[in-house]
Amino acid sequence: MASVTFEGVSKHFGSVKAVHDVSFSISDGEFVCLLGPSGCGKTTTLRLIAGLEQATSGRIDIGDREVTYLNPKDRDIGMVFQDYALYPHMTIADNITYPLKVRGLGAAARRKRAEEVATSLQIANLLDRRPGQISGGQQQRTSVARAVVHKPQVFLFDEPLSNLDAKLRLEARSFLKHLQQELGVTAIYVTHDQAEAMALADRIAVMEGGRVVQMGPPLEVYRQPATTFVANFLGSPPMNLLRVRLELTKQQAMLVGETFRLQLPQISERLKGVVSEGEALIAGLRPEHLHMANDSDSWSIAGEVYAIEPLGPEALVTLKVGDSLVTARIFGDEPPKANVGEKAYLLFEPERLHLFKASGERIP
Amino acid sequence: MQQRRSLLSIPASLLFLLPAGVFVFIFIILPFFWIAAVSFTNRTLTGRTAVDPEYVGLANYLRLFDPDRFLRSGEFGASLVITGQFVFFSAIVGQVLLGLLLAWFFFNRKGWVRETVQTLAILAWIMPDVVVAFAWFAFLDRDAGTLNQILSTLGIGKPDWLINLPLVSVIIFNTWRGTAFSMLLFTSAFGSIPPSHLETAAVAGANTWQRLRDIILPLIRTHIITDLILITLWTFNTFTPFLLTGGGPAFQTELVSIFTYRTAFKFFRFGQGSAVGMIMMLINLVFAIFYLFLLRRQQVKL
Amino acid sequence: MRLVRYTLARIVFYVTASLFASFFTLPLLWLAFAPFNEKAALSVTVPDSPSLANFGQVFKNTFAVRALFQNSAIQALGAMLIVTLFATLAAYALSRANIRGKDLISYGLVLFSSVVTGTAAMVPIFLLIFRLGLINTHLGVILVFSGGLLPAAIFIMRDFVDSIPRSYEESALVAGASPWRIFMDIAVPIVRPGMMVVAVWAFVNVWGGFLIPFILLRSPEKMPAAVAIYSFYTEAGTPIITLTAAYSLLYTIPVLILYLFVNWRYGFRFFGGIKS
Repeated sequence: MASVTFEGVSKHFGSVKAVHDVSFSISDGEFVCLLGPSGCGKTTTLRLIAGLEQATSGRIDIGDREVTYLNPKDRDIGMVFQDYALYPHMTIADNITYPLKVRGLGAAARRKRAEEVATSLQIANLLDRRPGQISGGQQQRTSVARAVVHKPQVFLFDEPLSNLDAKLRLEARSFLKHLQQELGVTAIYVTHDQAEAMALADRIAVMEGGRVVQMGPPLEVYRQPATTFVANFLGSPPMNLLRVRLELTKQQAMLVGETFRLQLPQISERLKGVVSEGEALIAGLRPEHLHMANDSDSWSIAGEVYAIEPLGPEALVTLKVGDSLVTARIFGDEPPKANVGEKAYLLFEPERLHLFKASGERIP
Repeated sequence: MQQRRSLLSIPASLLFLLPAGVFVFIFIILPFFWIAAVSFTNRTLTGRTAVDPEYVGLANYLRLFDPDRFLRSGEFGASLVITGQFVFFSAIVGQVLLGLLLAWFFFNRKGWVRETVQTLAILAWIMPDVVVAFAWFAFLDRDAGTLNQILSTLGIGKPDWLINLPLVSVIIFNTWRGTAFSMLLFTSAFGSIPPSHLETAAVAGANTWQRLRDIILPLIRTHIITDLILITLWTFNTFTPFLLTGGGPAFQTELVSIFTYRTAFKFFRFGQGSAVGMIMMLINLVFAIFYLFLLRRQQVKL
Repeated sequence: MRLVRYTLARIVFYVTASLFASFFTLPLLWLAFAPFNEKAALSVTVPDSPSLANFGQVFKNTFAVRALFQNSAIQALGAMLIVTLFATLAAYALSRANIRGKDLISYGLVLFSSVVTGTAAMVPIFLLIFRLGLINTHLGVILVFSGGLLPAAIFIMRDFVDSIPRSYEESALVAGASPWRIFMDIAVPIVRPGMMVVAVWAFVNVWGGFLIPFILLRSPEKMPAAVAIYSFYTEAGTPIITLTAAYSLLYTIPVLILYLFVNWRYGFRFFGGIKS
């Protein structure tokens, strides 16, 4: 088991800065998700840890060893690939124990270890089949088995669930979480699915444009997103972001949107010295923090009903507010009854309001 | 697309490339320069000039292009003209067009008819040179040959193919021999066209011909050019018609490949033969560069 | 009305297909009957009483038999081995290493090789083999064929190697395997179909090739079947039709078997490849 440390690591492909000046430290036994849209550098970061890419600059440590320039085989890692990368011409047993074969372990010892690992992953009955003859979920487990078979110090996962269908994905997700906690091995997991990251990670590193924009425990990142990018990326549906202008008077602060004016009494403290009168800001509201109201209120936004999507335990209500759309998650067995084009109000709790500078940076 | 880290280091890849590289160097690169060198000498197989050939400058070339005899039967120019006709009719018109036609005809069809016709075409392509030459020798025989038996049944007459129509004969022969390659290449090209493209066109009301012209051909442009390059080069260099006609009668089917052979190995005038080979290579090079230029332009458009 | 149109379309299809089929079949009909006809001439006649007598005669010609079963076999198998092995290695390197301009180089070589292995380079090839002291040896023939076939073989193999997902090799790298090990354990088993295709292709090319052995070999004991077939000519230079036919068929059989094998195993087609 080991920690993983990045110090100012960059990886440039020609003029493309895939990973730029990234520093973080992952402690022993921790489960960290690298989260971001495609092209954000998360996979490159993972491949840098694996040694499948070589850093342009910076330093990477695994445990107390510097590994920046080591080959993958000398880094003592196990990796699960997005397409599982199971060798079609080998049996499941041979696939699982390939890392041991390369290390020169005898056939009998390999078979024994294959049975051990396969049993703990519930694929022991498949050992003599070939990858083409087993299901996607089983292939995924085989690929995990191959990654753990030589007891590596660090597990790397490259979107391992993205090739599974929705139902299997949830099952496999619980399984991976359970397995990681049982083995207590440091794990780094790349995904573009925020729910997966929230569910699995001890800490999430959200990446954008080759940089880590925020790193922290899932709920912290969710509750206090550092930028509008993070706010928008976590949560489904994403946070509503509205352009507003700040009006500061001696007593109070006022957020002026296209169709609404919101008074901010007690939180004006936190704005002092950070923002100035007339500044353009972005207000953020999570859909689950919005409720429907019949009348205007000082904490409500008015708009026209744009769409209502019942989902079972909840419904998504989208209002057209000026030129933007605002979505609310309304919980309850009965979806709200309203017609498209009708006037409606969404109410929110002021302490749930997020404020960002126009540049996207969070205002504390 | 990002450039991925190579899976093989440069030193390792050079080791992997070494054996093939040595072969390619010795048997492909080296002959090219060697032939250039020899073409400026009077080297022969035996005699004094075999051991100690003299530098003769452009003499070999001047002799080939001597305007007095250039186009005379059995000379280089006449051979070039014959080769030009042979390549145009048997490669470009024959193999490429017939291959395209076959691929199109069986496009989206399955079953024994397609299997049979394709197998027959492939057989003609893969059988040994001498065997097909014999088969055609029998096929074209004036009195007993299958072709004339059929023609005379139809009341068309009995031409003596190899004597009176030798160039036509080798053109048909070479078309027959090589069409399978183009057919396979175009079949594979057609297979790569997404069915939705054609379905969209069909729904829009395009007829078969319009679909071929507007959808299929533009999508397989690069395949067509690739096929043209390879077929042209192969046909230009082929020696197989020699087995059917020996270049005759009276040099009427003497392709440049046969002319080279006759110059270099019948009379063992290596210097002279090399000059012919050199010009052949240059012509090949011009073909290749011309087609590569077309290919590049197509890819930029796409 | 629709039925009429459908029937008409079917008729047109079958008529056209039979025209294509006849074009490719008619020239070979003779070869299908003559070998079994003791009195075969150049006409296509179904023999009254098919016999194997012609083959019996052929087998009395020890020179021709050795040419077929020994010389042709040695030369074709030798070149096949070299081409398949070296092309696989080279294709792997070209596919997996970041070498600048590798695509242009391999495409250029394919074009160039069709020039050189053709007839233009007869003289330098002859002089080269002469210089190496390999005139009149199997090795000389094998080497020249291999050199000429390699670029296209590499080109064909590239397609197969390119289709291996990179993650296979990356996972083997992470597992700790060396490049050679990855090549042998992962790449070779996966591209085996490609190697088979290249092997058969090389074999058929050498087996049927006439010009190279014709130029490079002198003594009758070394000649492959392509040249030895002329031993069934009379001194006047005309073929003994019965024997030539029988020998031609024998000579063609390995090619037929290989074709049937590849067709049954992999389907005879181009594998995506030859894109441009």
